[in-house]
Amino acid sequence: MTLMKKLTLGTAIAALGTTAAMADGHGGCTEGRLNIVGNEFPAIQTVAAAAVACAGDDAEANLTADHQKINVAGMTGNPAEYTTAIVANSSIVALINEDVIQPLDDLVAAHGQDIPKQQLITVDGKIMAVAFMANAQHLVYRADVLEQIGADVPTSYEDVLAAAEEIRAEGIMEHPVGGAYAAGWNLAQEFTNMYIGTGGQFFEPGSAQVSINNAQGVEALEMMKALSAYMNPDYLTHDSNATSAEWEAGNVALMNMWGSRTGVLMDDEGSAPEVYENTKVGGPLMVGDSGTPATTLWWDGWTVAKNVSDEDAAATFTAMAAGVSPDILNDETMSQAVWLMEGFEPAPVNEGVLAAVAAGSTPYPMVPYQGLLHTALGDNIADFLQGSESAEQTLADIEAAYTAAAKENGFLQ
Amino acid sequence: MKHKTFFWFVFPSVLLMILFIALPLVSVVTQSLYSKHEQVIVEVENCGPFGCTKATTVDQEATAALEEAEPLGKWAGLDIYKDRNHLAINEVGQAWINSDGLPDFGRTLMNLPFYKALGFTITYTAIVTPLTIILGFFIAIAVNSVARAMRGPTIFFSLLPMIVTPLVGSLIIFWMVDARGILGTGLQWLASDPSLSVKASTPLMWAMLMFYGVWHSAPFAFIVYYAGLQTVNQDTLEAAMIDGASRWERIRYVVVPHLAPLTTFIALIQLMDNFRVFEPIISFSAAAHATSLSYAIFNDLGGETRLLSSAAATSVLTIIFVAMLLSPVLVRTWRDFGTQK
Repeated sequence: MTLMKKLTLGTAIAALGTTAAMADGHGGCTEGRLNIVGNEFPAIQTVAAAAVACAGDDAEANLTADHQKINVAGMTGNPAEYTTAIVANSSIVALINEDVIQPLDDLVAAHGQDIPKQQLITVDGKIMAVAFMANAQHLVYRADVLEQIGADVPTSYEDVLAAAEEIRAEGIMEHPVGGAYAAGWNLAQEFTNMYIGTGGQFFEPGSAQVSINNAQGVEALEMMKALSAYMNPDYLTHDSNATSAEWEAGNVALMNMWGSRTGVLMDDEGSAPEVYENTKVGGPLMVGDSGTPATTLWWDGWTVAKNVSDEDAAATFTAMAAGVSPDILNDETMSQAVWLMEGFEPAPVNEGVLAAVAAGSTPYPMVPYQGLLHTALGDNIADFLQGSESAEQTLADIEAAYTAAAKENGFLQ
Repeated sequence: MKHKTFFWFVFPSVLLMILFIALPLVSVVTQSLYSKHEQVIVEVENCGPFGCTKATTVDQEATAALEEAEPLGKWAGLDIYKDRNHLAINEVGQAWINSDGLPDFGRTLMNLPFYKALGFTITYTAIVTPLTIILGFFIAIAVNSVARAMRGPTIFFSLLPMIVTPLVGSLIIFWMVDARGILGTGLQWLASDPSLSVKASTPLMWAMLMFYGVWHSAPFAFIVYYAGLQTVNQDTLEAAMIDGASRWERIRYVVVPHLAPLTTFIALIQLMDNFRVFEPIISFSAAAHATSLSYAIFNDLGGETRLLSSAAATSVLTIIFVAMLLSPVLVRTWRDFGTQK
């Protein structure tokens, strides 16, 4: 596995030739061990390749979609197997809960003076991570289909429903709405967006007591069900990949999708010109009249393991800082993400995420027990969408499942 | 055999069994009896690229002392077994009192995650195991009557479903039954219902998973029976033929009794395998329609916050159920063994 990753990284580095040379030229990397664990998508590959190039031949990177299942275990030992984990605002919580990452204040003071303050993630005043990109879900639409029915670009889920009805009535598409509604993590994420959009609060302030069985919770579920009526009947099995495939097949005209995945939809691979030429990104969608967009903001960033020697921590820090320096931005990497570094020039594909940030969207909650609620949501919402129980019953089930899990984990008594 | 020789003879396997079977079992049972320590939650301000927000975090210094004192966690006894995500003793009791007749009680029960998973697991095991045995037997009979020259390739093709990795095999079927796949479209045509979708309907998804289960494990039953068929006494078969027994009667009165001990063996293995049904649920993305005990364990460990004690409790319950399920077969094997002596 590691060998495979090394080989893939090798090619990535070759592709990034100039970048790597620049990073080497900086020479800011100190001697020590670097071993990265993180998710796998183009932007992260770019960062990892640049960091490995700076740290030298012994550096390793294990980039996999299953990174969350291995990062805690891989950082618990002493010394930790992974000296850094690339995480997002949801997954950093598990690392903080388990106390396996170290505050970076001293390292920033010693080696990271030129990292802009807005990239530093602080928890209770202590720097815990350095963010390098932003992500969010937002509307993706087919301009030609909307033109055909003479509709404006939707700004709310109510508009999406109206447009979907029109598209179906005109006989253009039978299932014009798409969404990553696969039971589990994806479905829970869609509820999280929708519930935030209705102005709901997940927990009683300052406590781990869940409170979603309310009018906003019902409103969020009802809207999801209304949308699902315009989706492919198999929607409960469609994750982000399957939804993107539906889009590229030209079966969908409106969907809420990750900014980091829209580049693939707008390039000329995998779909007909009619589809990719007319694929446009909109802003985040609203629901009801709360004024908060029904989406969450995400950052991806890197951390440093706690159980490593000072020397290795410094080496990891300097290598990762080189990995996310403005030098990695070039023609090829520029559009891979909404980079937070100076020198980033947004492309049309990045507009959705920037619109979500500009609209004052809510970041995905960084609280220790949000992950438990996310799991409970993913396990129970399908029951309501399939019509086997009422919204209130589903919300009560979610609260009960969460409460049992939170008690076991010591968050509730 | 001398005692000392016997000891050294079995020592390696006893050691391996202790290391890889007994100790993990002890560890799982222990884990299921402890829960995490009470976590000290403090309110903090988190800042990042999107500004600052009020949030909460775990006070590591305060919880570290607790963890130092009791590294296993807080003693929970059977609390985790009894909570809503497992046996749900209180909820089941309430449902029993409040429910309006048995069907209503059943619905409430199936709304609880553990019983929902158990319901599917038991149904799956009860349907797939006998079908596997019957199908495997008939494939073996059929292959055994194929001309000798053709037998090698026939056996190879019959074994293919078992050779294919479960995840890959189920993904192939998953794509074929997609509403736009070859089997899915075929089903729509057969049922004259263009909106029919296997992945959208719970009963069809269950049928699909069980179909996959039989398809995947029938080759195992087949190869065992096929081996057994090679040892059927030809004299008895000829005698039966001379007595005027038809092909069916020969199978019924000579072959089936001869293969009976093998059936016990296959049933034993298949019951264990089917009770652990897991891969098809993942690759069919079937979690919305069907969950199994193994899936529940995986789900507990796969979230952003791992639920180790919960997963351990479900594992122990699974082991208990497998033991209960196997006890009749084991008792039978024990008795057969006893009489043979």
